[in-house]
Amino acid sequence: MPTLAIQAKGLTKWFGEGSAKTTALRDVHLDTSFGEMVYIVGPSGSGKTTLLSVLSGILKPNSGSVSVEGVDIWNLTADQLADFRLHKIGFVFQDFHLFPRLNTAENVAIPLILRKNDWDESIHEASKYLEIVGLKGREHLPPVKLSGGEQQRVAIARAMIGQPDILIMDEPTASLDGDTGQSILKFVHDKILNSNRCIVVVTHDNRIYEFATRILNMEDGRLTGTEERAA
Amino acid sequence: MKGILKLAYKLLVNDRAKFTALLVGITFAVFLMMFVTSMFMGVLNHSSSTVINIGASIWVMDPAVQTIANTIGMPDYVLDAVRSMRGVKYAVPFYSGGALVKLPDGTYQAVTVIGLDDTSLFGRPELIQGKIEDIYGENAFIVVRDAEFSKLENPHIGSELELNDHRGVIVGIASVSTSGLFGIPTLYTTYERAIQYIPNPRYTISYVLVEPKSPADTQQIKQQVAALGYLALTKDEFMRRAAKFYTYQTGMGTNILIMTVISFIVGLSISAQTFYTFILENLERFGALKAIGTRSLELVGMILFQAAFTALTGYGLGVGLCTVLIFLARQRLPSYAAMLTYTNLLLAFVMVLIITAISSYVGIRRVLQIEPFDIFRG
Repeated sequence: MPTLAIQAKGLTKWFGEGSAKTTALRDVHLDTSFGEMVYIVGPSGSGKTTLLSVLSGILKPNSGSVSVEGVDIWNLTADQLADFRLHKIGFVFQDFHLFPRLNTAENVAIPLILRKNDWDESIHEASKYLEIVGLKGREHLPPVKLSGGEQQRVAIARAMIGQPDILIMDEPTASLDGDTGQSILKFVHDKILNSNRCIVVVTHDNRIYEFATRILNMEDGRLTGTEERAA
Repeated sequence: MKGILKLAYKLLVNDRAKFTALLVGITFAVFLMMFVTSMFMGVLNHSSSTVINIGASIWVMDPAVQTIANTIGMPDYVLDAVRSMRGVKYAVPFYSGGALVKLPDGTYQAVTVIGLDDTSLFGRPELIQGKIEDIYGENAFIVVRDAEFSKLENPHIGSELELNDHRGVIVGIASVSTSGLFGIPTLYTTYERAIQYIPNPRYTISYVLVEPKSPADTQQIKQQVAALGYLALTKDEFMRRAAKFYTYQTGMGTNILIMTVISFIVGLSISAQTFYTFILENLERFGALKAIGTRSLELVGMILFQAAFTALTGYGLGVGLCTVLIFLARQRLPSYAAMLTYTNLLLAFVMVLIITAISSYVGIRRVLQIEPFDIFRG
């Protein structure tokens, strides 16, 4: 029986008040296990990103709970939660959010630097991860000198360098062409997903569905269906 | 924290255009502040040049005197009375006044004439040519070689001049530590000759210079002089009194204050605006850092470090630039009235700290407001 990575119960989240009130999540229940690559898909405005934010400890729900590896993350203090994210969760953002004034290796090393690791050791480790994602020799280039796909790989290396148990990917192919997107997700599936890691991907790019182990459909703030896949 | 600060440093310095703009803003502001206040301090210092050069411990004067330049004559009995006071080691008369010198080409030049006590020559300058005893010679004057020396057509020993229709002879050339403020040459002679050459009102003693038996006697001498209806000030007190006069009674202080405030506003505007733009451009990345797991306090530390690093670098450059400029000015004008003091260094430093605090406060507020969720939401 696979171990539970994330367990969400009764998540509700709304924004605004009165007539401006918008409900983004409505009583969402969700379990993900290690070894899974779970996709959350659905139309724009269905609450995918909100759910991802709540699951990763970034946005507090109005009600419900999120347990990551048995820790009720929304009972942690702000600093504890920040530490939890730093050590347990890796993020790949839609727009990568790489620092243009830092070189590639420095960008990748950020999570280790935030963990107060030695600078030079962090850069050395970053070089190893850049090699893993196929960017050996690009350590000293600024991100703007890289293609979109390469930047995404840098973002993945940054997310992975701290060896997080949970990897959160928000629209990872949105800024990439079809082939590049596929190769990136294939790389994530083949090289990063393992039995000790859970990957949650928000996307509406059906060209990458083939890498999912499970696809959760969202509509109007609710999980409306689950599709198990043998990726 | 060291790695995080290095990260902050790289984010700041690698954005060369913004970092340069920040440095230019702060350097310029510090330079202006330093330069204006240095000139002010220099002017104040030069305004008390005679007090510094004479070096008397206590100066007795009419209570209405504000600066060394506006003397009010005191009757001779004041000198006698002071000499008989408890705690006085010795007291001598001192004359300071203005006169007109007719130059060989027929033009006139205003001069300051200082009359030293005939017996002791207390307060005599250091001679670079001639002998001090020659001051007792007929019509003898000693001229100070300073920036104004050439206005007397570079006299030498033996040069003659006409002072208030009296013949004068240069018997020595002296140097003093501080030049005067008003751009006129200085002549030294004996007290008796000074009051003989220069038309005077009823009372002739400008100041009584006093040396106490011990520093502890200063207070009781001041009290005894006050009982006589006059004012006794130590050297430092007299300089402060003159500084206060120039600062508050002449408008000079207000002008300096206005210039300093303008420098501050210019520096603040440039640095706060540029720093805010820098923060805005990196706002999403700060949000990403927050999402990854940076604590708010660490982000505050990064921004404070960036602001402080820029401010201190700009401060150093501003002070350095000011120092170089004053140095260069002194090469051309030895008596250039500008001086760097700990006070104006401190003043500029405090202003830089305020600029840093305001600039970083604006940035910190913005960064703390950004929610990592906004990064996901795009």
